[in-house]
Amino acid sequence: MPPILIMILQRLALGVVTLFVVSLIIFLGTELLPGDFAQEILGQSATPATVAALREQLGLNDPLFVRYGGWLADVVRGDLGVSLANGQSVAELIGRRLGYTLSLALYAAAIAVPLSLVLGILAALLRNSVFDRVANASALTSISFPEFFVAYILIFLLAGAGGMFPSISSIRGEVSFGEYLYRAFLPALTLTLVVTAHMMRMTRAAIINLLASPYIEMARLKGMSPMRVIVRHALPNALAPIINVVALNLAYLITGVVVVEVVFVYPGMGQLMVDSVAARDMPVVQAVALIFAAAYVLLNLTADVLATLSNPRLVHRR
Amino acid sequence: MIGFLTGLLWLLGGIAAAMAAGWLFRTLMVTISPRGVAKEMRTAPLTASFGMLMILIYIFVAFFAHWLAPFSETAIVGREYEPWSSVNLLGTDNLGRDMLSRLIYAARNTVGIAFVTSALAFILGSVLGLLAAIVGGWLDQILSRTVDVLMAIPALIFALLLLTILGTSVINMILVIALIDSTRVYRLARAVAMNIVVMDYVEAAKLRGEGLWRLITREILPNAMAPLVAEFGLRFCFVFLTISALSFLGLGMQPPTADWGSMVKDNATLITFGDITPLLPAGAIALLTVSVNFVVDWQLHRASGLKE
Repeated sequence: MPPILIMILQRLALGVVTLFVVSLIIFLGTELLPGDFAQEILGQSATPATVAALREQLGLNDPLFVRYGGWLADVVRGDLGVSLANGQSVAELIGRRLGYTLSLALYAAAIAVPLSLVLGILAALLRNSVFDRVANASALTSISFPEFFVAYILIFLLAGAGGMFPSISSIRGEVSFGEYLYRAFLPALTLTLVVTAHMMRMTRAAIINLLASPYIEMARLKGMSPMRVIVRHALPNALAPIINVVALNLAYLITGVVVVEVVFVYPGMGQLMVDSVAARDMPVVQAVALIFAAAYVLLNLTADVLATLSNPRLVHRR
Repeated sequence: MIGFLTGLLWLLGGIAAAMAAGWLFRTLMVTISPRGVAKEMRTAPLTASFGMLMILIYIFVAFFAHWLAPFSETAIVGREYEPWSSVNLLGTDNLGRDMLSRLIYAARNTVGIAFVTSALAFILGSVLGLLAAIVGGWLDQILSRTVDVLMAIPALIFALLLLTILGTSVINMILVIALIDSTRVYRLARAVAMNIVVMDYVEAAKLRGEGLWRLITREILPNAMAPLVAEFGLRFCFVFLTISALSFLGLGMQPPTADWGSMVKDNATLITFGDITPLLPAGAIALLTVSVNFVVDWQLHRASGLKE
């Protein structure tokens, strides 16, 4: 087996172990609930008999590891339990919303990634110019802004009275692709603005790091244009850190989505999670946290593998 | 188009005013402070001195909130959503409380709690990180693997999960965020201390029979201080933004306590009518984090010994 495959398998195994531990933490959450879980559901006025019956029904009398095994088996089969708030199946509650959240993150990524790469390359090319300084200062500024500030500024500028875009992107029923792009534009733009700065700065730094190497000087002395030196010679070697930072920011999009969804009343998972936290609806919070954590772990894993694959010295190791 | 141009003009004017304030503050500090500090201050870029000025103003407002605010933070002084007037300078909020007073009191509440939280995270993370680096072995393994797992869960999601378990209250929020952020501090403290522990003088101190506590405070900490202080600034920003986000989501500070995050949430409807009042608390958050970042950027630049 080539060493690169072994490495990928090792990383995958590590990812699975991490997910397993994460699921354990999330499961233990219910155990740490102060007071009795059954009591919590039924409220203060419940009689001891009903509490005991519910404990039996929920299987709370079984030992801890039996319940964890059962819960994990259910989760793997796609049965995420029942919401405490309204008795609906959690899988059903999440189903549609997961799609909406993923498409919003994808929408933002589709704008942010190419934009930040192009801006980063331009900043590296025109380093120490006015463009570079302005880009750097605005990057530092936009990293410090809370997401809801960016969101409300956009609403103020682009929605509101006589605005071009809706300030509330509620999506009900079937909408056409164009209609979706229009309605979800402001949330996607907010997320884009939040992540672009960091990706741009890191792209610039990764490329500039390489510009002092002898092979770049060689290329320059051959009389290549600066643009060609950067795109053909510097960029391929800067790929690993760039891939890492892109993945990091995509992972960030997953959490950033929570606040942005609430601002724009977008019907995604973040909104569901916030509502469930306020209502202390544990099964829903568990399921959503598990999905977010899994996506986060997977993205980091993919970044690791891709960054390794982008380095020929690691792929063709002897 | 005209609106866009005036907006741009305002922005440029704001930046110019900020730079001028930074310059004035730097000149003032250079003149009045003792020689050593003055020398340091002279190297500060305009952005950093503007940041320092802003941080001082925030601290001042937080300490003297009860003198500066015209009304109490919970008093209802008029009808809901009143426009800006000579009585209520920034109008009233969704319950008819004075907006300006709440903005001022929130400086004490929000910044104070963010400071306590990041200090807690910092102490926990750096003590454990230094211990792991010095003691090594199984302690290091256990702590590092635990931190690895905790960091595999996105911070905001983890905070929401823990808040569901513990219930939403200010104390719980402080503890949860301090715990989550201490993992990041731990990573840095351990990495920094690792490089110091292998130095000869630490070896010599160990051979001399110095105890663990003395080793940490006298040998390691003085040499690890610069990156740790910069990290404290960055941590404060993260904690501050997380607390604001949680309060914005209605899961952090509880009413009627004035807090910037929840003030944005409560008055957000005004924005769609073209009123910028709800943007003020959000702007207050942004301005403080930008200021801290500017100062940290300067300190990091200085500590790394880079000369452009």
